[in-house]
Amino acid sequence: MVVPSLKLQDLIEEIRGAKTQAQEREVIQKECAHIRASFRDGDPVHRHRQLAKLLYVHMLGYPAHFGQMECLKLIASSRFTDKRVGYLGAMLLLDERHDAHLLITNSIKNDLSQGIQPVQGLALCTLSTMGSAEMCRDLAPEVEKLLLQPSPYVRKKAILTAVHMIRKVPELSSVFLPPCAQLLHERHHGILLGTITLITELCERSPAALRHFRKVVPQLVQILRTLVTMGYSTEHSISGVSDPFLQVQILRLLRILGRNHEESSETMNDLLAQVATNTDTSRNAGNAVLFETVLTIMDICSAAGLRVLAVNILGRFLLNSDRNIRYVALTSLLRLVQSDHSAVQRHRPTVVECLRETDASLSRRALELSLALVNSSNVRAMMQELQAFLESCPPDLRADCASGILLAAERFAPTKRWHIDTILHVLTTAGTHVRDDAVANLTQLIGGAQELHAYSVRRLYNALAEDISQQPLVQVAAWCIGEYGDLLLAGNCEEIEPLQVDEEEVLALLEKVLQSHMSLPATRGYALTALMKLSTRLCGDNNRIRQVVSIYGSCLDVELQQRAVEYDTLFRKYDHMRAAILEKMPLAEQDGPQADEEAKESKEAAQLSEAAPVPTEPQASQLLDLLDLLDGASGDVQHPPPLDPSPGGALVHLLDLPCAPPPPAPIPDLKVFEREGVQLNLSFIRPPENPALLLITVTATNFSEGDVTHFICQAAVPKSLQLQLQAPSGNTVPARGGLPITQLFRILNPNKAPLRLKLRLTYDHFHQSVQEIFEVNNLPVESWQ
Amino acid sequence: MIKFFLMVNKQGQTRLSKYYEHVDINKRTLLETEVIKSCLSRSNEQCSFIEYKDFKLIYRQYAALFIVVGVNDTENEMAIYEFIHNFVEVLDEYFSRVSELDVSFFNTVFHGTWQMHSGPYQSRSCSVTQAGVQRCDHGSLHPGSPGLK
Repeated sequence: MVVPSLKLQDLIEEIRGAKTQAQEREVIQKECAHIRASFRDGDPVHRHRQLAKLLYVHMLGYPAHFGQMECLKLIASSRFTDKRVGYLGAMLLLDERHDAHLLITNSIKNDLSQGIQPVQGLALCTLSTMGSAEMCRDLAPEVEKLLLQPSPYVRKKAILTAVHMIRKVPELSSVFLPPCAQLLHERHHGILLGTITLITELCERSPAALRHFRKVVPQLVQILRTLVTMGYSTEHSISGVSDPFLQVQILRLLRILGRNHEESSETMNDLLAQVATNTDTSRNAGNAVLFETVLTIMDICSAAGLRVLAVNILGRFLLNSDRNIRYVALTSLLRLVQSDHSAVQRHRPTVVECLRETDASLSRRALELSLALVNSSNVRAMMQELQAFLESCPPDLRADCASGILLAAERFAPTKRWHIDTILHVLTTAGTHVRDDAVANLTQLIGGAQELHAYSVRRLYNALAEDISQQPLVQVAAWCIGEYGDLLLAGNCEEIEPLQVDEEEVLALLEKVLQSHMSLPATRGYALTALMKLSTRLCGDNNRIRQVVSIYGSCLDVELQQRAVEYDTLFRKYDHMRAAILEKMPLAEQDGPQADEEAKESKEAAQLSEAAPVPTEPQASQLLDLLDLLDGASGDVQHPPPLDPSPGGALVHLLDLPCAPPPPAPIPDLKVFEREGVQLNLSFIRPPENPALLLITVTATNFSEGDVTHFICQAAVPKSLQLQLQAPSGNTVPARGGLPITQLFRILNPNKAPLRLKLRLTYDHFHQSVQEIFEVNNLPVESWQ
Repeated sequence: MIKFFLMVNKQGQTRLSKYYEHVDINKRTLLETEVIKSCLSRSNEQCSFIEYKDFKLIYRQYAALFIVVGVNDTENEMAIYEFIHNFVEVLDEYFSRVSELDVSFFNTVFHGTWQMHSGPYQSRSCSVTQAGVQRCDHGSLHPGSPGLK
């Protein structure tokens, strides 16, 4: 008994009735089995129904590849229901990766040329959805014919298919370019919209098409003008704006055509002003058109008045209550701020207002725009606003805000003190979010501002006393306290209220930083070094510091341990040098790495260890002495502390240690021959990797009034040497310093025998043939030693 | 240019998806979950445009269904916003008071109406819902449709 196949609706109901995933799978598998059987039997009557069910099952995510061939059969059938389902199946199941898709090309061709309109529509739809490059090439002529058919329904779809084809196969633009001009004369909105899209695609892909379509700018202007002034046409208007989609599309095309082209831009100016002023902005559709107009004005070479109009429109958008519009306005103003800075400045207060938005996208845009608007005249006010924002902004914007503030402060700081204040404020509020080089920049800045040392160290001390969790702040503070500790304790500073700071308090604070679990290893390093520096700056005794340093001599962190050991040694054995080493640092280079004492020390240590394998006689003994001295210290032995009998010159000598043997000195060139303006020069090269080899380059130059032709140079050397002549670069030297001839001689001299060279020259000069034989005297000794 | 068009409900189930640029199947689910997460986390006071990776997302909420369109930089966000509404109006007219159920169980229809957005630009003239309905019928699978048999 043949079970009648389910109708699609019944299948859907059954699937919906399944209570569990497993049940649904069961239903579907059963049905798929039926469908497969039916396909095998080749039942033509119900094929479309089976395929429809299969497509539904495919949408639910189950495999449906076995239906592909059925699609072909259905497309080829003559019934409309079959074709409908067949094309739908083709769109869903076939794509470029399966070779089967090429099989429908023929069916589509037939349908396009002979089918009724709905069928043509289906075929075009399928082609535009899944047409591959080969299919597009084959079917382009058919589609082109359909472009000029009377029925708007088919023409519209044909235009869209053409757009798809251009995307797939850009060479087809030559096919579709001619009909465009005619299509623009249509009144039907669908066709117009499609044509404009097609023209936009063509212009974007080829500059030739762009030039061609500049001619239609007046026509486009006319169409847009009619649209705008036509008034109310119920068929195509959305909330009072007639066909905003078409308007937007035309504006976009005008933008592409008018870019960098004076003439077209001028034709558009009036129209753009008209659109900008006449569009009703109470609803989104109108605002969309207005926005597109603004974008177009910004991109073409518009008159100055028009640009001001555009900026004012955007300013008005900013005051709108609708967030979408404000977002769009902020984005566009950001693009404009580079070119029309002064116009955008007028809207600065509104932009700053937008910083207080709760919406993340809006506040991010407002932040970017505010940072772009900072200039030297408004920097103080803007910074205040931005700093207030920094305190309350969401965490993902903090990093951007902090770095933006720091950058702006660097560019526009009115005074150094203001700059330091700003950076301090940023560090205390958002310390964890600043970039890594902020610390280096700040120390650089403070180091450079001599008069503000006392002020900065005091402020930093206060900040540090309150909070030791913000690492960049702690690092900078530790550095400053170390450097300028004496100023801190001196107690007088006119700029802020006097603060009596005790030595013990300072030391306690630094120890707290050292011991805190929140401190990074780098921070600890800073604190330890600061403590060390204070040992020379403070006048009390150094027991406390020595204690701390010796405790850290057994710290688990290798870096810290190394420092502690070095400092300990400094206290014990080299106390006489301590003051010199721990002096105030000179201002570091702007772009070099921070020239911390540690960095210098580790560089020297590295150079020492590099120098160890390549010693020359005196240096080797020096190194051995250095290594000997580390008898008492525990810990690492590879990095001896820097020292030398004379304290002052210690660092200088060590820095002079070469790390590699010096390169061989170059051998000077030799002029061996000169006659009537013709010169011969020899240049010598001894490659270091092959000491037996000598490369001689012979250069013949001509400063006379006559050319030298048929130039030949031959050479001879003693028997113990080997000579190889390479081909010369030519045999003519033009007159008056023309291009010289060069020739390379390779001489192998393994026994280092003395070099002797005999040269024979023949050439024609001033219509005379010249022959010269001579031995080269005074060859440099380095060429063969 | 429109990159993709999604209709997703509040529980995160995709009811309709159409990609205009090839995206791998497994990447699609990931994309959809991320997109719906960012849309769901927005409140009413926030604007309808989100930046997501290198796309812009424009979304609109209709009852329990979110319609999300992903575009690249060159597109006019507000025009797309309008377009989404246009699309919903067409559906509404066709199904007479469309609901999520209609979308999930009759979305084969949509593939017929994709002529509407064939390629990344909307092709049909706007808001002519009559004409829209006509077009839907020509691609429809609905057995009771008055299409040509």
